[in-house]
Amino acid sequence: MSYLRIRDLSVVLRGTRHRLLRDVSLDVSATEVMGLVGESGAGKSMIGKAVLGILPRSARIVSGSIELDGVDLLTLPPRKRRTLVGRKAALIPQDPLTALNPARRIEPQITDRLVDILGWDRARARTRAAEILHDVHIPQPDRVLRAYPHELSGGMRQRVLIASAFAAEPRLIVADEPTTALDVTVQKQILKLIFEMQARHETALLFVTHDLGVVSKICQRLTVLYGGLVMEEAEVGAFFDAPQHPYSRALLAATPRHTDPDADLTPVPDAVIAEARRAVAEADLRWHT
Amino acid sequence: MLDGRSLVKRTAGLRLWLSAGWIAALVIGAVFAPWIAPQDPLMQDLFTSRLPPFWMDGAEPGYWLGTDSLGRDVLSRILYGGRVALIVALIAGTATALIGATLGLIAGYFRGWADMVISRLVDIWMAFPPVLFAILLIAVMGTGLTSVVVAIIVIDWTRFARVVRAEAMAQGAMDYVASAQVAGRGRMSTLLTEILPNVLSTIAVLLTLEMGIAVIVEAILSFVNLSVSTDDPTWGGMIAEGRLSIHQAWWVLVFPLVALFLTVLSFSQLGEGLKDRFDPVLN
Repeated sequence: MSYLRIRDLSVVLRGTRHRLLRDVSLDVSATEVMGLVGESGAGKSMIGKAVLGILPRSARIVSGSIELDGVDLLTLPPRKRRTLVGRKAALIPQDPLTALNPARRIEPQITDRLVDILGWDRARARTRAAEILHDVHIPQPDRVLRAYPHELSGGMRQRVLIASAFAAEPRLIVADEPTTALDVTVQKQILKLIFEMQARHETALLFVTHDLGVVSKICQRLTVLYGGLVMEEAEVGAFFDAPQHPYSRALLAATPRHTDPDADLTPVPDAVIAEARRAVAEADLRWHT
Repeated sequence: MLDGRSLVKRTAGLRLWLSAGWIAALVIGAVFAPWIAPQDPLMQDLFTSRLPPFWMDGAEPGYWLGTDSLGRDVLSRILYGGRVALIVALIAGTATALIGATLGLIAGYFRGWADMVISRLVDIWMAFPPVLFAILLIAVMGTGLTSVVVAIIVIDWTRFARVVRAEAMAQGAMDYVASAQVAGRGRMSTLLTEILPNVLSTIAVLLTLEMGIAVIVEAILSFVNLSVSTDDPTWGGMIAEGRLSIHQAWWVLVFPLVALFLTVLSFSQLGEGLKDRFDPVLN
């Protein structure tokens, strides 16, 4: 039984027939970690945003369904949808520098959701916020709660955002390249923390990344995207042993290796890209007719 | 230690205190004008006409900044004229800010048709030459304080609308707005708690600039005799009258001009100073 179930989701660039997501189907079960990989612009972030209802204004869902815990989000009125998503899902955003409101203290930014969605009183929400900050290994949670975002370092802010995501006990976390904006030295700690929290809270996790190395370590399954089209969806073990799709194979081969840092990077061969493009064109042909 | 930040802070602080000091002095002078003005600003006395300011030969005690060609005390008239200037600055400035910023926030955050309507309106509005537009409005509404205030609001709301719209758009694209939305916030509540606090400093700066502009517009209108009634002293009116006797009594023109200049400068510097002061990143 999958907690998040996406069927034939198509998103177009508003005002055009150009698709950004092409009939994407995806399942994430209740405690599973699903990796979403692909090149820049492959639509991996777009899927997470569509689920959470924060697609940019220029993108519009034209067909398909997104079921969260058995409820089709796309047929709900906006207000109901927001409350449902707020209760069951949360986002760990990409850039901790812009994901916290610079004009507000940390405390309300964590507790707003507890008060708005769960109906807690401020005092209880505050206790919970301090507790969850402690869980993400932030020393002196009370001091941090009173701070403004600019008083915290990037890694600290990302910890606050992780705490904030888990505070209301959501069942699905969407992590949108949560470490790309961070210093390499803190990336590893933050990744570890996300999976520690995911395991402890037993949530489903949709992990958007272009780092296959990370996926191999922490995900159970992964979905490979190209041009908004699903190329391959597989168990992580099987995938890294023997990727089925030629594009996946090429992507895997293109991953830089730590063991040989001086080796030339392997680009994805033109023939493979041509084939992936053909698949995209064929999908569009079926869709347009 | 004198690092860059403390230097910025110190000059910002000085600027803030000087400009706030001038405006405070002006406010006190305007509010208590009946008690502190040395003379009746309307009292004409041809025996004391064109008296020079206190440091020049022929000055009379009690007429610190001299008198105009009708023998009226320049200092007293400046104090009373400050009343009109400040009332206009306060009421017109605040009302303009409220109306313009509200429309700007709506256009910038909700976008869609509301943005279309408001932005086109701003474009059309800005095509009118502002001072001629003001004179036209006063001609239709008749002279008086209310007309001046209304004219300033009608002309200048676009300044706020345009800047606040751009700012709201930029803030609306930030991740924290998306985060708030994921956390189940409604659009209106996101606008008020996430966007508004971040554009507030911009609005405050614009507001002080607008107050300076309001003072200038009022002076222009009273210069061409389209502001309050001719009996009440106004800086613009004094400048217009002083212009006629500049070769005999330069002080009648210069002192109100200096008051006007310092006031407008202070308002704009106050805005800059406040911006630095309340910028959480700089502090």
